[in-house]
Amino acid sequence: MIGNSAGAIGAIEAIRKVDRSSPITIISDESIPVYSRPLISYLLSGEIKPDQIYYRPRNFYEKNDIKPLLGRMVKKVIFDQKIVQLEDNEEIPYDRLLIASGGRPFIPNIDGIGKSGVYTFTKLDDVRRISSSLREVKRALVIGGGLIGIKVAEALKKRNIDVTIVELTEHILSLTMDETASSILETALRKEGIKVLTSNTVKEIIGNGNVKSIRLADGKRLDVQLVIVAIGVVPNIEPFRESSLHIEKGIVVNERMETNINDVYAAGDVTEAYDKILKNYRTIPIWPNAYYQGKVAGNQMVGNDNYRYEGGFMMNSVEVANIPTISIGMIKPPTQDAYEVIKRYDRGSNIYRKIILKDNLIVGALFVGNIDRAGIVTGLLKDAIKVKGFKKELRNDSLGFISLPKELRKERLFKGI
Amino acid sequence: MCVRQCAFEGHSYDPETDEVISREEVCVGCHRCVTLCPTNALTVRRNPLDFRPNANWTAWAIRNIFKQAETGGVLLTGMGNDRPYPIYWDHLLLNASQVTNPSIDPLREPMELRTYLGRKTERLELDYRGETVKLKTQLPPQLKLETPILFSAMSYGAISYNACESLARAAEALGIYYNTGEGGLHPDLYKYGKNTIVQVASGRFGVHKEYLDTAAAIEIKIGQGAKPGIGGHLPGEKVVEEVSKTRMIPKGTDALSPAPQHDIYSIEDLRMLIFALKEATRYTKPISVKIAAVHNSAAIASGMVRAGADIIAIDGFRGGTGAAPMVIRDNVGIPIEFALASVDQRLRDEGIRHQASIVVAGGFRNSADIFKAIALGADAVYIGTSALIAMGCHMCQKCYTGKCNWGIATQDPYLSKRLNPEIASERLINLIHAWSHEIKEMLGGMGINAIESLRGNRLALRGVGLTDTELEILGVLPAGR
Amino acid sequence: MKRIFIKEEFCIGCRLCEIYCLVEHSNSKDIIKAFKKENPRPLPRIIVEEKGYLSFGLQCRHCGEPPCLEACMSGALHRDERTGAILHNRDKCVGCWMCIMVCPYGAIKRDINGKKVASKCDLCIGRGLPICVEKCPNQALILKEG
Repeated sequence: MIGNSAGAIGAIEAIRKVDRSSPITIISDESIPVYSRPLISYLLSGEIKPDQIYYRPRNFYEKNDIKPLLGRMVKKVIFDQKIVQLEDNEEIPYDRLLIASGGRPFIPNIDGIGKSGVYTFTKLDDVRRISSSLREVKRALVIGGGLIGIKVAEALKKRNIDVTIVELTEHILSLTMDETASSILETALRKEGIKVLTSNTVKEIIGNGNVKSIRLADGKRLDVQLVIVAIGVVPNIEPFRESSLHIEKGIVVNERMETNINDVYAAGDVTEAYDKILKNYRTIPIWPNAYYQGKVAGNQMVGNDNYRYEGGFMMNSVEVANIPTISIGMIKPPTQDAYEVIKRYDRGSNIYRKIILKDNLIVGALFVGNIDRAGIVTGLLKDAIKVKGFKKELRNDSLGFISLPKELRKERLFKGI
Repeated sequence: MCVRQCAFEGHSYDPETDEVISREEVCVGCHRCVTLCPTNALTVRRNPLDFRPNANWTAWAIRNIFKQAETGGVLLTGMGNDRPYPIYWDHLLLNASQVTNPSIDPLREPMELRTYLGRKTERLELDYRGETVKLKTQLPPQLKLETPILFSAMSYGAISYNACESLARAAEALGIYYNTGEGGLHPDLYKYGKNTIVQVASGRFGVHKEYLDTAAAIEIKIGQGAKPGIGGHLPGEKVVEEVSKTRMIPKGTDALSPAPQHDIYSIEDLRMLIFALKEATRYTKPISVKIAAVHNSAAIASGMVRAGADIIAIDGFRGGTGAAPMVIRDNVGIPIEFALASVDQRLRDEGIRHQASIVVAGGFRNSADIFKAIALGADAVYIGTSALIAMGCHMCQKCYTGKCNWGIATQDPYLSKRLNPEIASERLINLIHAWSHEIKEMLGGMGINAIESLRGNRLALRGVGLTDTELEILGVLPAGR
Repeated sequence: MKRIFIKEEFCIGCRLCEIYCLVEHSNSKDIIKAFKKENPRPLPRIIVEEKGYLSFGLQCRHCGEPPCLEACMSGALHRDERTGAILHNRDKCVGCWMCIMVCPYGAIKRDINGKKVASKCDLCIGRGLPICVEKCPNQALILKEG
């Protein structure tokens, strides 16, 4: 397995459920046992201690009979010989290969991007490096108002750094929120003392070796000592670029997580897989999706065809400025007529609830402020349940199984056990 | 939780003061909140609002006048007579074997409690063929009970469907019978048919072919202990969809049964109806006739037996009801002890005691009351109030409001959920098992091992604190003789 | 494995299950102290839904294929080997609410009284019979194989 995060662990746990003997080797360029990447912002802020970052107990590899090759980089894979070649030229043969190399941060072409004090924020090591520089930092700039950008900005604020977020589009979190939700969160962030600049971008990073200031598109300058580039992640397909692996933006996989090459599977942020809501192939870089793809891949790798990937969909849960939010599926319908939008905005308590329907099926939902039992809506979306009989209840925070017709309720309450 | 559980809205939560407050004046004393409170924080006391002590003008008498002056209406109440008339069971004592006749230990030796209700023949002819013996006489239809106790008539409408189901299930499990009362029989309960006695009352609610075919026996209701002389009364609130369908009457209307059965104006009419029912069921089921215990019960009973009734059911003045005018309930009818003794004696005197079984009802509280009734001559005893108490009733007497907090005397689906037939039927089964065991103990103590030996055996009883006349009517010697 | 099922025709909406669940998951296990003295107050893990005269209690189904466990980013949700129940480690939880997002039963709550963590039924592991099943006054909650 190339990769040591959600995708790989999902595959390992699926394999070891039925096959305790086949040897598994894991290769990771990081020297650390499997940890949770999304938790690094909590580490930076000080909300968790370093030993809480690990995703599985310390004896995970031992207990599951896994040979971990940590801190080793993959140079390339010789697919027709079924060999993985590492940077130090060691060759590892395989019968079945899982590529779960995840994503790497997108680095834009900005003048001065190479200066010292400019970081990306995707790995544990980034936390260590940023943390050690914080003593000299008064002001920080975060490029990108997406999930990573917001999380790292809040983490830095908790460390008493003055933070400004610069977002290219008109609204922060534009990939996962609509205008209303974005503005609720923007207002909340500003109240926390974090500055948010939208419809703007960084044109130049200025400084003598170390970053001293930046110049924005509108000409304004800001004195900063730390710049975090958080524009997005792209699939980490560098070692496979020259190969015959079918790659669009990411490694293309089918419902069995198979790539176009025999005995080679892929899972997680590196893949481009079917999105059942948008009905196209794309990368959905979210932890639960990566784990589930890994689980399917793992099952398929040991010949268990019972698990197939019927299609994922965007899903995010993030708390911004102490406001919990959940966003799933398609939350900005492309056209008005084919889609039905049910929404409720309670300005007094800052609670926003939006559910998007097409042909009486839920295709997207957005919860801001009150996320109680949101998973019920996720379940209805995932299983494509017709909501005609109880559509009126969808707008209520109190939506529950009691809102469903009796037969549907009995069916859903006792499935999946 | 107390706020949610009180149907009379006795408790409410005030979010302003973050307190639960109680409206004491609406409390009916059903103990629902007390029983469920997880910290045992509640109890119920008599409201200490006293009038000046007055032996004649009690608070009860005064308040009733207040109510009637305000409303101009007839005072309604539920359950049985609660006035302090003497309880004659408590004046009768049992015998036990000492020296002359050894007691029998029910845990070590078999005891026969099985009882057959129905007309018995004058003699039995047997056919002896070598080793085998066969019965030549054709026996009239009988009801077979594993213990001499049955569940009294309580109509669907007065009580909830769940309550009916609990009684049906328990009757089946115990090998006894329950009575539908005048509410008809809900189709979902047809499966308990062989343990069901159906009633044909003056309103003829729910009486049709399947009703009669499904039952094990049919009871013609002439009267009821709680309200002799008047018909049944089910307030409109309780006539919901299912009740309306079962009774075959419009939803929401008061179900007032006429006082008499309008096709029975004489004893000859009764005979016609009895035989009409026998014909309709091809003489396969015993026909019972139920009367309230009144002054001339003995004469009526004699007439009923000669009219063809296989079972006589007599309901004493302590019998319960879902709704009755208080003045009738508390003042009309006589104690079942006297009615039973006089009916049994009269039928014996006329030589027709074997032609019908006698079943009595009306406020039987424990196995001792039942035991004494059998000694006085009853074949079996109907229990109503006791069964309801076993299911959870706390005797608040507000059945007629339809707000029974225990889910028994209500049609409100929110309330009737509270009676889980699985739990209630088990409690009923427990009660009857317990009482059957106690009856066996009392039998064994007397040195008898079959209930037959107790039946009508007045020598087993002695009276205390009774006048000579009372002793004479009961046919019982005073203690000491 | 045995799971808790609800019979909606017998649930009377009294919410004693919530009360006893809260007490059982408190420090003192004493009802007065749990409600009046403990701070933060523990949360009941059962959710009682009510509409008109219909009501029923719902809690974690301890699924065979648990979406919450797969979505959990910190590894706080894990399966207990001995009983098969899905358990939640409050120390590892960071309150990301991914589990709330994916649980199709909406059985997980946010506990924001103290440290922000998720809260859900743990089948009263260690107790034998779950307390809600034991204390329901109408036997509406049952523990059954299935």
